[in-house]
Amino acid sequence: MQLAPFSRAEEQRFYLVAAMGGLVTAVGLLAALYMEHAGHVVTGMTNQVVWGMPHVFAIFLIVAASGVLNVASIGSVFGKKVYKKRAPLSGLLCLAMLTGGLFVLMLDLGRADRLIIAATHYNFTSVFAWNVFLYSGMFAIVAVYMWTLMERRMNGYSKPAGFAAFIWRLILTTGTGSIFGFLVARQAYNSAVLAPMFIIMSFAWGLAVFMIVQKTMFWWNSIELHPSVRTRMKNLLGVFVAAVLYFVIAYHMTNLYFAKQIAFERFILLDGGIFPLLLWGGYLLLGTVAPLILIYHPGLSARRGSVMLASLLVVLGAFCQLYVFIIGGQAFPLEIFPGMEVSSSFYDGQVEHYAPSLPEILLGFGGIAIAFLITAVGVRVLHFLPQDDLSQLEAAASISD
Amino acid sequence: MLRTLLHLIAAAALAAASLAAQAGGVPKPVVKIENPGKCIAPADEMRRNHMEMLKHQRDLTLREGVRGAAAGKAASLNGCIECHASKQTGSVTGGKESFCESCHSYAAVKLDCWDCHQPKAGYKATGAKP
Amino acid sequence: MSHNKRRSFLVASAAGLGTVALGVAVAPGIRLIEVSHANPVRPAGQPASSAVRWGMLVDTTRCATGCDDCVKACAAENGINETVADKRQGAQWIRKIDIKEAKTGRQHSLPMMCQHCANPPCVDVCPTGASMKRADGIVLVDRHVCIGCRYCMMACPYKARSFVHQPLSGQNPEVPRGLGCVESCTLCVHRVDKGQQPACVESCTTAGHNALLFGDLNDPNSEISRRAAAAATSQIRADLKLNTGVRYQGI
Repeated sequence: MQLAPFSRAEEQRFYLVAAMGGLVTAVGLLAALYMEHAGHVVTGMTNQVVWGMPHVFAIFLIVAASGVLNVASIGSVFGKKVYKKRAPLSGLLCLAMLTGGLFVLMLDLGRADRLIIAATHYNFTSVFAWNVFLYSGMFAIVAVYMWTLMERRMNGYSKPAGFAAFIWRLILTTGTGSIFGFLVARQAYNSAVLAPMFIIMSFAWGLAVFMIVQKTMFWWNSIELHPSVRTRMKNLLGVFVAAVLYFVIAYHMTNLYFAKQIAFERFILLDGGIFPLLLWGGYLLLGTVAPLILIYHPGLSARRGSVMLASLLVVLGAFCQLYVFIIGGQAFPLEIFPGMEVSSSFYDGQVEHYAPSLPEILLGFGGIAIAFLITAVGVRVLHFLPQDDLSQLEAAASISD
Repeated sequence: MLRTLLHLIAAAALAAASLAAQAGGVPKPVVKIENPGKCIAPADEMRRNHMEMLKHQRDLTLREGVRGAAAGKAASLNGCIECHASKQTGSVTGGKESFCESCHSYAAVKLDCWDCHQPKAGYKATGAKP
Repeated sequence: MSHNKRRSFLVASAAGLGTVALGVAVAPGIRLIEVSHANPVRPAGQPASSAVRWGMLVDTTRCATGCDDCVKACAAENGINETVADKRQGAQWIRKIDIKEAKTGRQHSLPMMCQHCANPPCVDVCPTGASMKRADGIVLVDRHVCIGCRYCMMACPYKARSFVHQPLSGQNPEVPRGLGCVESCTLCVHRVDKGQQPACVESCTTAGHNALLFGDLNDPNSEISRRAAAAATSQIRADLKLNTGVRYQGI
């Protein structure tokens, strides 16, 4: 496949897009600066809901970053040729989203100016500290992996590098899930299922993001994705989305079985206001059922844009799910005296309400914008566009390599 | 390694500052000691090492619970203030001629003590029910 | 069974009488610390010793609903004096909790603060090691290395920690605290090191409530150890096995 050189009009379009990304990033930075200067009083976060919107964005970006690398892993580790063509783009997206996620996470710190301390003082019993190590390692490993993919002379090493990246990303997502899984005190967390659940969520969210980016790039270059590749990738997305649903059901079912967790489940599933709404409407209906129909319904799935829409809905569902998980988990009162009704000046025993403020939302979007900007520039200057060997695809009516 | 780097940066900053001072750009820091003669070490040593002394004592005190020193005088931020706070403002910071600030702004080194520590001598905090 | 009960009742009332007698004996104006010598002053240059484990005993039967002398004393001592527009963002090192058993309606009021666990979750999760436990069992935040990630607040089962949401001034010179860091009850470490008692304990005793007792849990002859040995005491969320330094009596 030959690509035409950039036309002048296209050149201008690119700079426009890049400028937009830069603008949103700058606004995010300004928001962080404002939060840093005035303190977290300007956010909706409190001493009751200590993690808020920035964490929803950051955790989405980080989890999806590890998941998006799966596309490369399927190519390198499991030897699927169609996916191998997509490996460089998958690596780039991984780095871009990881950067975006860490940008948000780090700039939300109470003392972001002391970032150097996070790098020089390690407490090795802290899951958070493990993650600092895992994230920086991820950058290095994926960078090497991309080098083996994109430098012809290094191609021979791409399989072991890909394997290392695959293992590392599994550990990384386990680490992210464990940030919550190891919190013994909170009822929403403290579960071993969170680590595998985060891994499977990363599969779904990462692939959804990849599909969105791939579609956009193809549209930009006026290329059509080969139907057989499209079918393959959309079906994989469907499997991942269904697998996430399985874990969500397992998580809530175990909780429902424990008498001590019933009040919490009642809160999340029924009478917690915004949280049941986001869980049932946002995550389940829009983020799971609708994409599954779009992917598997014979008529609908054949329509143009159905896979793109399904991917966008998966991302929307992911945000809803994380909001319920992170904010909802903190809004439910911490049980200090089991079996007692409690009240205090510190809102013990009360359901917390959280209203995200503009700066924290802008900071979150700043993280997405950084990921977008890195991707846009990377795609522009290097060879990331997935190029399928059409003759090969045509030859094999059903691909079975 | 990090130390060498920091020293290099400090030296560069100092060189730049002295150049600027020669050009008459930046006013020299005001070093006015309100209550002289009681320092725990000679001025030369204090100028060069006060940050190391404070950091050493801070870790000892906070993390190990060491208060004061068995022999000699321990570095103590509250001790510094007693002699160095300005008689007018009562503080070591807050103005261009304040003891800490005048040097630190001259050397372009961020002051990170007084966001948390009380910069006024003999200050008595008042409490209110939160 | 009934014999045992009678005996424990006798012991408890004797202990109660003893404490009341002590309370009466202390004339107004004389501080209890000068009488009890609960904690010796550590010589200058000496680090805190692991031979000591500071702890507190809260007698909820003497803690009155609506009384917040300890909370006020804590705020005064530690310079918690900022005005916060949204109270949910305000720091609370110690707070009074009213609890009522759902079934029986039995009610208690008690102070809740950092429980100074022997196995503190906040210390486990802190990425930089800012959350720390001193040799004598006092759990502190080293604000010099706290980056304000708030993971310790997520991990604490007692909601004992607060994040400072706004710039501060007017701190107590002995109690530095500021924007962007997490903080909690220090057991008035600056007073303890001088041989004094925590401000909350002192205020409770001075006011004659005697609901709070401070002392060395490692010393079997300390008053706190003797009281804890004589009467039933409990740890909050004992199921988590954090081995708290603050114990409660009467719940």
